[in-house]
Amino acid sequence: MELFVFVVAAAMILAGAIGVVVRSHPVHAALSLILTLFGVAVMFVAQEAHFLAAVQVIVYAGAIVVLFLFVIMLLGVDRTEDMKTEPFKVQRPLAVIVGLGVIGLVTAAVVASRDVVSSRGSGLVTPDMADPDSNIRQLSRSVFGNYVVAFEVTSVLLVVAVVGTVLLTRRVKPVVKEAS
Amino acid sequence: MMSTLMSAATPTTTWYLVLSAVLFGIGTVGVLVRRNPLVMFMCIELMLNAVNLSFVAFAKRLGDIGGQTTVFFVMVVAAAEVVVGLGIIVSIMRKRPGANVDDISALKG
Repeated sequence: MELFVFVVAAAMILAGAIGVVVRSHPVHAALSLILTLFGVAVMFVAQEAHFLAAVQVIVYAGAIVVLFLFVIMLLGVDRTEDMKTEPFKVQRPLAVIVGLGVIGLVTAAVVASRDVVSSRGSGLVTPDMADPDSNIRQLSRSVFGNYVVAFEVTSVLLVVAVVGTVLLTRRVKPVVKEAS
Repeated sequence: MMSTLMSAATPTTTWYLVLSAVLFGIGTVGVLVRRNPLVMFMCIELMLNAVNLSFVAFAKRLGDIGGQTTVFFVMVVAAAEVVVGLGIIVSIMRKRPGANVDDISALKG
């Protein structure tokens, strides 16, 4: 059962990711991104991160992708990008080589350290039927306990981001000269 | 036969980490190949999600909730980053509609 969930979610993630890269229409790329984000949410549930799975669906699929689609519609860039012409011929093969290199190196490191990873730790305490929301409780103890300063700093970050965006996108009104 | 195969091959942490590496690689290729700034942003989201996946896998394996806390903060920072990035893209696109990243490589109007 666990294997089945993994295979289906991995297929969703990879299909969506490849869709983001190869679809020439930005709206289609955004919809593929939603597929990937849902697959990652399923993976979070499979890894006992229930709260993060909910946040993933609400914040990423609900807010961020909608923001992307909103900007695509607002700017009117919802036309097909010309993927055939490539001004810089070497770029695509080089990019694929770099990507395969990243995948190969990280996979080699992961496989080489396989025994170290699997021999350490006892695994997270899984929520049982008697205490189904232990994940949320553990996470909140961590966020509001050990990392409360970081939590406060993120609120500052969000305020700065909002104010900065309003300043960036504000149109400067032309000064209306009074007819004298 | 089928059930023994299914129970024998339970996905371990290594599987999740390899999947995360592949997702990160696809995101890298996307950032390097695409020329639409919006789609490049989506590829950056892919890379962030790959890292989140590996954090959650390690949190499960090592029995440490700190990994999930990190993912929480990564999500907050990703939201802030998307807001600022899309604001910049909107203000650029208003000046020159249909620009791709090659047109704005000089970083000046």
